[in-house]
Formats: sequence, C-alpha cells, structure tokens
Amino acid sequence: MKTRDADRLALILLLTPFVMWIGLLIVLPHAGVVLLSLREKVAPRMFEYGLGNYIAFLKEPIYLNTLMRTAVMSLLVTALALLVAFPVAFYIAKVARARSRAALLLLCLVPLWVSDLVRAFGWIVLLRETGIVSSALQALGLAAGPVELLYNDATVVVGLVYTVVLFMIVPLVSTLDGMDDSLIEAGFNLGGSRLTVLRRIVVPYAMPGIVSGSIIVFMLTAGSYLTPVLLGGKTSMWFTEQIYDQFITRFNWESGAAFGVSLLVFTSLVVWIGLRLTGQQLATTVARR
Amino acid sequence: MKRHLFILAATTALSVVSVALPAGAETLRLLTWGGYASDEVIKAFEKEYSDIKVEVTLSNNEEMIAKLRATGGSGFDLAQPGFNRIKAAHVEFDIYKPLDLSKIETGRFDPIMFNRVVASTSIDGKVYAVPHLWGTSGIMVDKTKAPDLKDWLDLCDPKYKGRTSMRLARTILVGSAFAMGEDPYAAYGDLKKYQEIMSKVADRLIACKDNVKAYWRGGDDLSAMMLSGEAVASDTWDSTAYKIFAQNKNIVYVPPKSGAVGWIDSFALPRKGRADDAAYKWINFVTRPEIAALMGAKTGAVTAVKGGIDVMPADKKEAIKAAFTDADIANIKWAAVIQPGVEDIEGKTLERIKAATAK
Amino acid sequence: MPSDLACQDVSKRFGRFLAVDGVSFSVPGGSFFSILGPSGCGKTTLMRMIAGFEDPSGGDIRIDGRSVVDTPPNRRNVKMVFQHLALFPMMNVGENIAYGLRCRGMGREEIRRRVAAVLDRIGLPGVAEKQVHQLSGGQKQRIAIARCMVLEPDVLLLDEPLGALDLKLRERMKIELKLLQHQFNTTFLYITHDQSEALVMSDRVAVMNHGRFEQIGTPQDLYHAPATAFVAGFVGDTNRWDAAVVRTEGDRIAFATTSGDAMLGRWAEPSRHPAVGDRIAVFVRPEAIEVRRGAAGTVDGGEVNRLSGTVESILFNGAASRLLVRTAAGHIVEADLPQSGAAAGIAQGETVEVAWPAERARCFLAGAAAP
Repeated sequence: MKTRDADRLALILLLTPFVMWIGLLIVLPHAGVVLLSLREKVAPRMFEYGLGNYIAFLKEPIYLNTLMRTAVMSLLVTALALLVAFPVAFYIAKVARARSRAALLLLCLVPLWVSDLVRAFGWIVLLRETGIVSSALQALGLAAGPVELLYNDATVVVGLVYTVVLFMIVPLVSTLDGMDDSLIEAGFNLGGSRLTVLRRIVVPYAMPGIVSGSIIVFMLTAGSYLTPVLLGGKTSMWFTEQIYDQFITRFNWESGAAFGVSLLVFTSLVVWIGLRLTGQQLATTVARR
Repeated sequence: MKRHLFILAATTALSVVSVALPAGAETLRLLTWGGYASDEVIKAFEKEYSDIKVEVTLSNNEEMIAKLRATGGSGFDLAQPGFNRIKAAHVEFDIYKPLDLSKIETGRFDPIMFNRVVASTSIDGKVYAVPHLWGTSGIMVDKTKAPDLKDWLDLCDPKYKGRTSMRLARTILVGSAFAMGEDPYAAYGDLKKYQEIMSKVADRLIACKDNVKAYWRGGDDLSAMMLSGEAVASDTWDSTAYKIFAQNKNIVYVPPKSGAVGWIDSFALPRKGRADDAAYKWINFVTRPEIAALMGAKTGAVTAVKGGIDVMPADKKEAIKAAFTDADIANIKWAAVIQPGVEDIEGKTLERIKAATAK
Repeated sequence: MPSDLACQDVSKRFGRFLAVDGVSFSVPGGSFFSILGPSGCGKTTLMRMIAGFEDPSGGDIRIDGRSVVDTPPNRRNVKMVFQHLALFPMMNVGENIAYGLRCRGMGREEIRRRVAAVLDRIGLPGVAEKQVHQLSGGQKQRIAIARCMVLEPDVLLLDEPLGALDLKLRERMKIELKLLQHQFNTTFLYITHDQSEALVMSDRVAVMNHGRFEQIGTPQDLYHAPATAFVAGFVGDTNRWDAAVVRTEGDRIAFATTSGDAMLGRWAEPSRHPAVGDRIAVFVRPEAIEVRRGAAGTVDGGEVNRLSGTVESILFNGAASRLLVRTAAGHIVEADLPQSGAAAGIAQGETVEVAWPAERARCFLAGAAAP
C-alpha cells in the first residue's frame, strides 16, 4: 500500500507543473477570453451576457471577408511552404551525409534567431522602392525605374513562407528520417518511375509529417501579426490585425475576444476538414513519426 | 489569437510584478511616451529626491489605456495619456483618481492650456489631469517636389499619385473632415451627425486610396519613406517632421490650411497608484522651465508652461517659428474630448477604408 | 540451359576503396546461386550493381543475354527482396503485390487476378486485405517474394532476407525458400554471410572476400575441396593452426606448428608451391579427428598424425557436440565428441589420443585468413 501511495504522490508531483502550465497559461486564459466574448456592453461599466458580439461579427462583411482572406492566404502559404520544404527536408533526411545533417537543420533555424520584427524589417530593406533588390535590378539594367516590391499580398506570402518554412521542414525531416532507404529502392526495383515512387511511396510515408507540418504552419500563419501588417499593402487586411484593433485602438475587448474565439474555431475547423480530406487522424499524425 | 493571448499573459505578468514590489519602496512607476522621461531628466530628478527611484514604461495612448484597464488602474503611479482620452476612458473603465491641485504648482502653467485640460478632464467637479506637453499633427512635404501641397486633402491630389502617405488613424479622419468644411469635434456630442461626417470622409479617403503609396504605421516607417524620397508628402506628427527637417532641410512641416490638429499630453494618476507624492514631485519637477527645455529638445513637443515655445532650444524654436505663423497657431483645432461611441465609429470608418479596394 | 545472369569482370570503386574487384560469374537459368562472404566483402555492392542502384566502375552485367549497365533500375527485369523486406507500410498486402503490376499499367481486373494467383502459390490465399504489420515474420517474407515473383523476373535477388528472423524460423524458411525457388523455377541470386544458409539452399556458391571471388562451386566442392585458405576457414567448422614447412614430398608436407608439434599434411593449393621454411596455415575438420582413451601410440607408417592431450572441456550440442583437447605442446584441438564405442563417456581431464590422416590436413600458404 505504501509504495502505491508513493507512486501516486510521484505521479501527482510530476504532473503538477504540467497541469499548472496547461491550466494557467492555456485553459484559464482561453476560458477568460470565451467569457469575455460573451459579455455585451449595455452602458459604461455595465455588461450583460449574450451572443451580441458574435452576431455583430457575423453581420459585418468586412470582418468575414478578412477572416476568409486570412484563411485563403494561410492555406496558400501552407501549400507553398510544403512545396519549398519537401525537397529541402528530403535532401537533409535522405541525401545529405549524417555529419552535415545537423548543420543543415541548424542553418534552417538561423532565421528564427532574430525576432519577427527584425526579419520583417529585413524584407523591407530588401524590397522597398529604394531598397537593395530594386537598386540591383536597376543597376543590372533589368528595370528602367525604381520597382516597388513591398506593400502587396505576394510580399506578405513570401515573407510568411520564409518565417514558417522551418516548422514544415522539421516534422518532414523527422518522418523522412525514419523511412528506410530500401523502401525507395524497392519502389524503383519493382518498376516505379521517379514520379510513381514519389507519389505512391515517399509522399504517403511522409504524410504524418506533411499533415502535422501543415497544421503547425497554417495555425502559425493564420495567427501571425507582424509580417502581414508590416509587409502588407493598403488593402492587405489580416484577421489578427482586426483583433488587435478591437482590443487596443477601439478598447472593445468583448468584441476582440469574440474575434479571437472565432479565429480559433474557424482555423480548427479548417484543420479538421483538412484532416478529413487527407484521411489522417490527429492522433496518428502526432503520435507516429 | 496570439495577440489576445499576449495581452492576457501581459496582464497576468503585470499583476504578478506589481504584487511582488515591496509596498514601502519609493518607486515612481511612469507610464509614458518615448522621450518624455529621458535618462537625463530622471538622473536630475533622482539626484534631487534621492529616496525616489523612477521606472519608465514606454507606451502610446491606446496601450496606456489598455494596460490600465487590464489591471483596473494598478501597476503604475503616473500616466501620460492625451487629455482628450481621459474622460471617456475613466467613465468606461474606472482607471484614474482625481488630482489634488493644491499639490501642483499650477501657477507655472500656460493658463490657456491649463484651463483647456482641466475643463476637459473634470468629472463631478473633480479634476483628473493637468497638461504636460503639446504639439500638433499636420502634413509634411518635400518642398522641392511638392511645393503646392497645403492642406490635408491635397494628399489626394492626383498630381502626386503614388507618392503620398498617411496613417490610418483618427488624425487623418478629423483633418480630412475639417478640410471638407465640417467640424467633427463639434459633432462628437451627436453620434449620428458624426457618423454622417465620417461616412463622407471614408468615401473621400477610399477614392484617394489609389493616390497613397502606403499607409505608414510608426515614425520610423514614415521617416524612411520621406528621407528616401519614396513619398513626397504625408500627414505627420510635428515632432517627427522636426526630426526629419534636421536631416533634410527640404522636408518641412506644414500646418494644413484648414487647421493643424492639436494634442496635449497630460498627467493623470492611475486609480491604484501607490506613490502619489512622488508623482506630484515629478509633475512639479518636469514643469520647471529648465527641465521643460530639456524635454522639448528631446521630443520636439512644446511644454504647457508659460512661454513654452520660448524655452525650447534654438533649433526647435526655429523649426516651429518657420512652420507656424500666429494665424496658424490660432487656427489649431484642439482635440475635443472623446465621447463614448466615437471610437467605435472611427474604428469602423478606418476598417472600411482599409478593406476597400483601391480606385 | 542459357545463363540468365552473367557478370564479366565487374568492378566498383568508391574513391580509393575497391569494393568489388574484377568479379566474373554466370548463373544458369533456374538455379539457386549464393554469394557467401563476411560483411564488408563487397557482396552487397555487387548485388546493388546487378539491381542497378550502383553503376559499375568497370565490366559488364548481362541479364538474359543483354547488357543492362545503361538500363535504369526500374527498367531491369531483376527484382530484389531487401534485407528488411521493404514492404510498403502504407499499403496493404494486396496493394504491395499490385504495386509493380500497376507500374506496368496493367488493368485493374487483371491485377486482382494475378495478385490472388500469386498469393495462392505462396500458400497465403486471402490475405490481400490484411495490413503488413498483421503478418508474422515468415508470412512477410513470403509476401516480399510474391511481390517480386508476380512480375515474373529473369532473376530474383535476395539480400540476406533471413537475417532478421529468429533461429527456428530461419531454419524453416531455408527449406521454404528452396521450395519456392523450385516452384517458380526462377534464377535466385542469394546473398548471405551465413555459410549454412548458402550450403543448404544453393546449387552453386561463390565465396567472396575483399571484393574478389575466392572460389565458385557446389556446396560439396567448397566443403570438401576448398581452393583457398579463406574458403577452408570460412566454410564449415575447422581447426586452424599456423605452422612452418619442414620438408616437402609431392603433395605431402611435413611441418611444425608454432608450438612445436611435428605433423604431416596435404598441400591443397596446386597453383602455388611451398618451400622449406614457408609459413603455412593448416586446416583439419573436427569430424576427421578420431579420439581414443589413453596416451598416443607410436606413429605407424607415417600417414597418420597422432598426438596425446588432456580433455580441456566438452561442448555438448547433441549430434554436433565437440571436445576440446589440449596437446602436450599446448595446442587446442577441436574434435567431434565420440558418443558411442570405446571412447564414449570421455570426461574432462582425461588423457586421450587424437589422430587424423595426413590426407585430411589441408595446407595453404599463410596470408589471407578467415576471420
């Protein structure tokens, strides 16, 4: 009996920090946000509970359009990140020698050593009308006058892909790393072309990595703030910007909270649809390498 | 998602920090703007009052209110929001406490500024703020490239297509309204009327969107665009314009014909501040003419003490005198007290402009 | 019968390392051919060249009479069973087998028919819908073979496919593989480091060492007439002693072992001739050694080696039991344990005589030695 009690105590001690972390930093704030989002202001310092904030959100086309825009662009970023990351991950996991592998992964990590803000300013310095790329194009005679590469959606997408691509590479490398090279060789040996081997063997094998990478990248992108705000143009609205505006410039925490919850629900829905379409389950993608 | 998590986390962190501070320590926690409490000024203050330590948190109008709201007015001992933001924020969120004017050397203030602020921040006969620094927002032009740009809506002149900038914020809304012959401040009390004016402004600014190269967001942003020549004109804070003027004498601050928009940053006591005496000492310290001059030099804003412009350092004085005639100063549209509901209308208007496709 | 697979002077160089060094052989159609060698001897490289995963640095590989050196791996009609089988985990059994047929663009119905047929032939009908991980080790093995055989290859390559199985199953699979090979009547090229696998299953075996073939022959040839010291040491159990030549007389050699025993042996390397004083390696199989109780008698007629020793230990293993005898000079001699007759029941510490005919002591020049 004594040992069982001791075991239980050890388990409780082990779990406590984890539960506290989850509880204090994840569950409690989210519960707070949900509660906040259900409060409607009726007069200064007077609130009633109701769905008014959500109704207001659904009634305003600007908010819905921004949410859809954010979702579509995030999906685009996810797809591009996958296209960019797959060959890189394949190279790191399957082609590069074991010794250079760590170095290559580290190299992918380098951009994360500087903050979001600095990275965004890096892009600004590069792409602005009087920036490095524009000047170089002019010096090479490829452009007649200054070229403005900043302030449009394409720049936002490029900047976001750059920011999130590592989060695609890492899960892909770890799944591909676990793949026996002989599977690929067997694929060729049995008569498959490069495309067949890629399509029927490598990609299906890497699917858990693809799905978990895509989930991470999609969530990160949809929730990113600085990059779309700083690189975006006159009409580049990002949904997080709306949330920020509600909270900070309009002091409307209730509505901001409703926006936040809506974003969470909507992105979760997109992920769920994605999982259904690819026939994956969250448990298998996260648990399996 | 990230953002609201961040706010909540920050809020939690703030309350933890404030609990952790020993209650008896003489620490003055300032919530203020960049440059409003320079190291130089703090050093001078701490030398004189050796038992007080000054901690500075830099912020802006919106975040000041958000921070105080998050903690119910604790965590800071002295805040410096714009005077027109105090009343509505206090009514809504209960974040300030009244000032004891007897502890402030009110005789030093320029009476016009002082009365304007006191009148706008009184609730039930209690005064919640006194003025500190003032300035204006107007437009900034590169006079070699856009010599005839004189008013807010000249930024929409097709002659400068793709070469102007503006900030999507209250200033441009209000400025454009004045330029269109309206008086938005007078309409603050009548939200329906204000909504009408803002709809018109929105239509105008949406039509103008194509003319704008990009909307700026911060002083650095704006400086880079103007100094590189990518933009030839923009709306601006005067202090930013003066800084740029110091680097390029061709870029000058122009008070718009229909009136520059004036602002006054003030002193207010957060409701749960714990170092009121130190706060009063700070107020009385920085309104001394010699300290006011130090601050003016740093920020380019004018102090609200008597003869505020005259105590400015020579180069800033020159920049101001070059920009303003007496008539311009008389024409300054002093910010009116924000009423509940105004922010909502403005926010929606700004969203409409941002979301509209250019044309 | 035409040869299905022929290699002509095939080499492979990795940088400065010569992994395969001028190997030539041909495998008659329908036979079971093994390449036996220690790990690192180049056998896997050789197989990978035949499959097309590596390009030879020199020489030619012909399958069914045509050179395939320039044919990409997916166009060669050589299929391979990988060491860990490489069954595709994301496909079920049927899809695994159908993969190659689909690559050939075969119709859906035809594929279904052939998959069912091959599953029947390997004795696993109706497992097509099962997931790979639901199968036992032996079943997986058969599926891996079926996946190749359904494509009717000219040659089936097997890369130590039994390595991962436990001992009992391995013994059973040896027999099963041999039967499958008969059944499909396809050329099998089998790679292994396990001499018993090679001996049991193969029609012919090539022993490979340091990138070269030491000997090609039937299992009986390799066992009874090893051509080199390496083969003598690597194939089958054997005693191995280092010695120096004392006298030569035709193929009879008199030598002294390093610890001083004088013995007789037979010279087994016709291509080379020993001289007095040469260092040699002597191999005697344990079953050639006769054990008798009591001290050694005199040398009679000179054709039999007789030594006295004490029983150091007894390694009991049923029919394959062994006796370790330390001779007076200090050698260890490994002999089959007599389990009947006068010598049955020998105990540790007893004094015994060990004897073997000179004919059964094979002598090679020292040099390449088995590990």
